[in-house]
Amino acid sequence: MDIAIKVDHLAYTYPGVDDTPGVRVFEDLSLTVDEGSFVAILGGNGCGKSTLAKHFNSILLPCGGKVHVFGMDTMDEEKLLTIRKTTGMVFQNPDNQIVANVVEEDVAFGPENLGISSAEIRRRVDLALKQVGMYEYREHAPHLLSGGQKQRIAIAGIIAMQPRCIVLDEPTAMLDPRGRREVMETIERLNQEKGITVILITHHMDEAAKAQRVIVLNKGSIAADGTPREVFSQVELLHSIGLAAPETVELCWKLNQLGADLPLDRLSPEECAQTLFEHWKV
Amino acid sequence: MSPILEIQKLTHIYSAGTPFEHTALEDVSFSVERGEFIGIIGHTGSGKSTLMQHLNGLLKPTSGKVLLDGADIWSDKKLTRQARFRVGLVFQYPEYQLFEETVYKDIAFGPKNMGLSREEIDRRVREAASFVGLTDSQLEASPFDLSGGQKRRVAIAGVIAMEPEVLILDEPTAGLDPAGRAEILRNIESYRQAKNATIMMVSHSMNDVALLTDRLLVMNGAHLAMDGTPNEVFTHAWDLVDMGLDIPEVTRVFLELRKLDVALPPVYTMEQAIDALKGGIAGA
Repeated sequence: MDIAIKVDHLAYTYPGVDDTPGVRVFEDLSLTVDEGSFVAILGGNGCGKSTLAKHFNSILLPCGGKVHVFGMDTMDEEKLLTIRKTTGMVFQNPDNQIVANVVEEDVAFGPENLGISSAEIRRRVDLALKQVGMYEYREHAPHLLSGGQKQRIAIAGIIAMQPRCIVLDEPTAMLDPRGRREVMETIERLNQEKGITVILITHHMDEAAKAQRVIVLNKGSIAADGTPREVFSQVELLHSIGLAAPETVELCWKLNQLGADLPLDRLSPEECAQTLFEHWKV
Repeated sequence: MSPILEIQKLTHIYSAGTPFEHTALEDVSFSVERGEFIGIIGHTGSGKSTLMQHLNGLLKPTSGKVLLDGADIWSDKKLTRQARFRVGLVFQYPEYQLFEETVYKDIAFGPKNMGLSREEIDRRVREAASFVGLTDSQLEASPFDLSGGQKRRVAIAGVIAMEPEVLILDEPTAGLDPAGRAEILRNIESYRQAKNATIMMVSHSMNDVALLTDRLLVMNGAHLAMDGTPNEVFTHAWDLVDMGLDIPEVTRVFLELRKLDVALPPVYTMEQAIDALKGGIAGA
């Protein structure tokens, strides 16, 4: 399997302005992400999640160490366009990412900039809109859509460029439960059916639980890295860095503090209820 | 004592008489007492935001009335203006509305518009800042040098500085991490207690509303679908799911347990769940 992202001893400091000193985010961070995987990155505000994500397509460049995207050095200016084509980014606020007045024109914006023939653009736009379930809305005005729909348009704009990897920086933070569900289902489908590598930065434990691998960042270092079950069962560690496990795990953990002996890897309400049922003594 | 707010048969139709006519609120009535902490829930498009904007006179009812302290806020221009100060509105992502050079000036903007003396403005700015946990040195900083959570607190302080009797917040914790969320909620609660203010909080986070509020209003399809204590509302947990709402995970666990014939009362907080389970689970 190919490696999608390789971060090697990354150091990054935001430059200071005038007299104010710079802010160091990473001193020595290394990790790799396999192609085709679905990785969630968790951490409190200011832990470096977004800074890391911006290294994945050359928005930020390392102060020390290297970041390779599908083998390409992000510092290599000649590779910049290829890197941006290969790894697309979706941000938190859908309103800041929409540029056109018609949905399909917005989705076409990326491929147009790649210099592709108009027939091919048409094909890609239609396909991308179908993949995110927004094809019927192709002639609508984006500003009249719901937040979840707008975010799916933003995702379609990325997949129309046919990237191998999508990085999503808290894509559901501004959405309601229905919008969150729509976006999460879209992300999972792209990963499973298209084999696109997905890196999801999130505050929501239930979203991270859907990934194959969870990386927890704290103050610029990796605090935990493993499957959702492995990571979320480390309840004390998560608490110590200001995070919480999913509520189902928290519930079992709190009962264990009272003397029960429950497993800490039950991530869905169904699993959790089943486990509680098995330990029910009445 | 009369209720601080009374909403009587409130209906609001956007773009009435055009092809885009849309009824956002229909025949909504409820009243609000001083010192209450009320949660407003409902999925996007259910009418929550339209409702909020009626409570301080930003929107005018198509029909029905909003009474503040017994007086119709639209009966007199003075009363409409008063409602804007007495009922404070904190919009979603209020940090995008910061604009001044210093945090102090930004918080002072509202009180200044009320025509207060310099001493009174100063007192209010410092008090509001302390409610949201901002230090004196932060008051002199540029709001744009602060973190997202700090900016949010500055924006909330700007509304608190007007000392509204009713403080309405739209998704005050959206986009913050768990620690940031808890802190903002503590700030809001301390303002309520200090001023016996009424708080109305719109939230998608059932956990937040269930923990803090005395009463929940559930909006669905332009109507007030439920009005009761969190206990009463969560008794209808599956109805909430049908309305496209998220219910707390612990509530889901208990609904699943009920399917397994473990009869337990409905819960919506971790503490209630632990109380209901301890004694029943082996060892605990």
